[in-house]
Amino acid sequence: MTNHTYTVVAESGIHARPATGLVQTASKFVSDVFMEYKGKKVNLKSILGVMSLGVGQGGSISIFAEGSDQQEALEAIESFLKSEGII
Amino acid sequence: MTENLIGIAASSGVAIGKAFLMIEPDLTVTNRPISNKEEEITRFHAAVNASKLELQTIRDRAEVDLGSENAAIFDAHILVLSDPELLGSVESKINDEAVNAETALQETADTLIVMFEQLDNEYMRERAADIRDVTKRVIARLLGVEIPNIGLIDEEVIIISKDLAPSDTAQLNRLFAKGFTTDMGGRTSHSAIMARSLEIPAVVGTKNATSAIKQGDLIVLDGDKGEVLINPPNEVIERYIEKRNEQVAEKKELSLLKNKKTITLDGIHVEVAANIGTPKDIESVLENGGEGVGLYRTEFLYMERDALPTEEEQFQAYKQVLEQMGDKPVVVRTLDIGGDKQLPYLNLPEEMNPFLGFRAIRLCLEEQTIFRTQLRALLRASNFGNLKIMFPMIATLEEFREAKKLLLEEKEQLRQEGTLVSDQIEVGIMVEIPSTAILADQFAKEVDFFSIGTNDLIQYTMAADRMNESVAYLYQPYHPAILRLVKMVIDASHAQGKWTGMCGEMAGDSIAIPLLIGLGLDEFSMSAPTMLKARNQINQLTQIEMKQIAENALSMQTSEQVKQYVKETLKV
Repeated sequence: MTNHTYTVVAESGIHARPATGLVQTASKFVSDVFMEYKGKKVNLKSILGVMSLGVGQGGSISIFAEGSDQQEALEAIESFLKSEGII
Repeated sequence: MTENLIGIAASSGVAIGKAFLMIEPDLTVTNRPISNKEEEITRFHAAVNASKLELQTIRDRAEVDLGSENAAIFDAHILVLSDPELLGSVESKINDEAVNAETALQETADTLIVMFEQLDNEYMRERAADIRDVTKRVIARLLGVEIPNIGLIDEEVIIISKDLAPSDTAQLNRLFAKGFTTDMGGRTSHSAIMARSLEIPAVVGTKNATSAIKQGDLIVLDGDKGEVLINPPNEVIERYIEKRNEQVAEKKELSLLKNKKTITLDGIHVEVAANIGTPKDIESVLENGGEGVGLYRTEFLYMERDALPTEEEQFQAYKQVLEQMGDKPVVVRTLDIGGDKQLPYLNLPEEMNPFLGFRAIRLCLEEQTIFRTQLRALLRASNFGNLKIMFPMIATLEEFREAKKLLLEEKEQLRQEGTLVSDQIEVGIMVEIPSTAILADQFAKEVDFFSIGTNDLIQYTMAADRMNESVAYLYQPYHPAILRLVKMVIDASHAQGKWTGMCGEMAGDSIAIPLLIGLGLDEFSMSAPTMLKARNQINQLTQIEMKQIAENALSMQTSEQVKQYVKETLKV
C-alpha cells in the first residue's frame, strides 16, 4: 500500500470534468485506488464516490493505492492532478 | 386567455411557437420479488450496457453539434453507469433482498440523489439531475417503455418540461425546437448552459409551466426578461414577432464582424476590447470578437471568501486568461478594493466617505504584502501572453512611482529566484481622479498607457456620489467638462507616443463613441456582448468628421446640448 497527500489549489476544487478524468485514470490500473477527504474514504474508480466528496479549494486529499501496479497508479494520478491544475 | 409566467432568463432571445409538452411515460417501479437472482442481474447489466451504447451515440452527436466541452457531461454519465459502487450496490440489493432490478436501481439512485442534493455546493447539487437522468434511462429500458424523444419533433415548437435532462438538450434540433421553458433549474443548471451554447432562448425555474401550459398552446418566450406568455392576444404576438426578427437580423449582421478589425471609414484602427471579472468570461470575449481585454477586474479573486487568495491561485487565474487570449493584449488592474467593494476579512475601519478614502492603490501601498503577492503572481504569469499592468486610483506621480518601484523589486526578486518574467510588460494607470487627468502631460512621460475609468472620473469631477440616487442626475458622461478632461488625457499620451484606452461604461455608449473617435481614443473596453455593436458603429464613422463634431461638442455649455447635437447630427 502506498499513499500521498496533496492540497487542492484549483478554485473550483474537484468538479465534474476533473472528477471524470480522475476516475478514468484510476480505472486504468488493477490496483485498488482510494481517495480520502475530511475523514471520508471513497473508491477512486467510482465517479459518484469522488463527486460525493465535494472537494473544495484548499482541501487536503490523500490518495491510496494497493496492488501490483500501485506505484504507477499513484504516479499517473499525481500527474493528472497536476496537469489539471488541481494540486 | 392570457397568462404570464415569470422565470429565470437563462438564454436570451425571443421564441414563438406551439407548446410541446414533454410528458414522461410512467416510470413507476413496482417492487416485485424475483426467484432467479442471477437472471435478474444479467437483465440489469443488459439494460445498463444498452443505455451506455445509447449515451455513447448521444455523446458523439453532442460533440459534433455542441463541441467537446459540452459533450464531456456524457462521459460523466457513461462513467456513472460504469461506477463499481453503483453497480455493486444494485447487485447486492438484488442478491440480498431478492427484489427486481428496477426496484434495486431506483432505491440505490434515490439514496444517492438525496445525498447529492444535500451537499452545500450548488454545482454538486445539480449533479443530482445527472443521476436522475441516467437512472431514468436504464429504468425505461428495464420496463420496456420509451421516453419521448425530442429528436423526433418535426414542427416549430417551444419545449415545455419539468426539467430538461442534459441528454434531452443534446438532442434538440434547432430547426424545430425554437426555445424551451422548464419548471425547475437555475442560471447554472445544465439546460441553461446548453441553451446558451446552442443560442436557443430559454426561461427556466418557472415553477409551474408544465401545469399552466397545455399541449398546443401558443407560447411567446422572452429569454431576455425571463417571461413566458401563454396564448397572448394577436397584437402582442405581432410585437414579439417584430422584436424577434430585429434580433435575428441584427445578430446575423453583427456576427459577420466577429473576426474583423475595428477600422473607421478613413482607415483609423482602434481596438474594441472587453471588461472581465473572472477567467470564465474569456469565452464570451472570444465569441464576441474581442481584440483584447481592456480591464481585468482582479477584485473578484478576493471577494466572497474568508481569506486572501494565494500567489499560486492568482497565478493560475492570470495565466489562464493570458493563455486563452493568445497574443491579444490583456490589461490587468491591480486590486481595487475599498469604496463600494469591501473585504470583510481585512477588517478595515468603516469610513465616512469610502469613495474618497482608503481604497485601491492607497490601500495597496500601505498593505504591501497583499500588493506584492499580486504583483508576483502577475509577473510569473507574464510569460504566458501579452500582459499589461494598470494601477487604479492614481492621484499623484509619487503613487505611481512607488507602485512601479515595488513592481520592479518583485521582478528582480523573481529573476534572482530563476523565474522567467517577460520584458514586454507595459505599465500604465487608470485615470479616474481629475488631478491626474489635468496633469496627464507629466504622467505621460513615465507611464506606458492611460485607461480612463469614466464612472469614477465623472463622480469625482462632478462631486456626486454614484451610489446616491438623489444626485444621480449629475452622472453626465457627455458633459463638456468631462469631454475636455478626456481630450487632455488622450492628447498628452499621444504627445509622448503613448496610447489611451477607456474602460468605463461610456466606452460602449453609442452617443459617446463618435465623440471618443473624434478625440482620438485608441482602445474601447466594454462588456463583451456590446463589443460587436460598438465595432459596427465605429466601422461606419469617419474620424476626420468626428474630430469636427467632437471639437464642436467641447465648446458647448451643457451635457444635454452635446447629447442632442450628436443625436441630431449622426441619427443615433
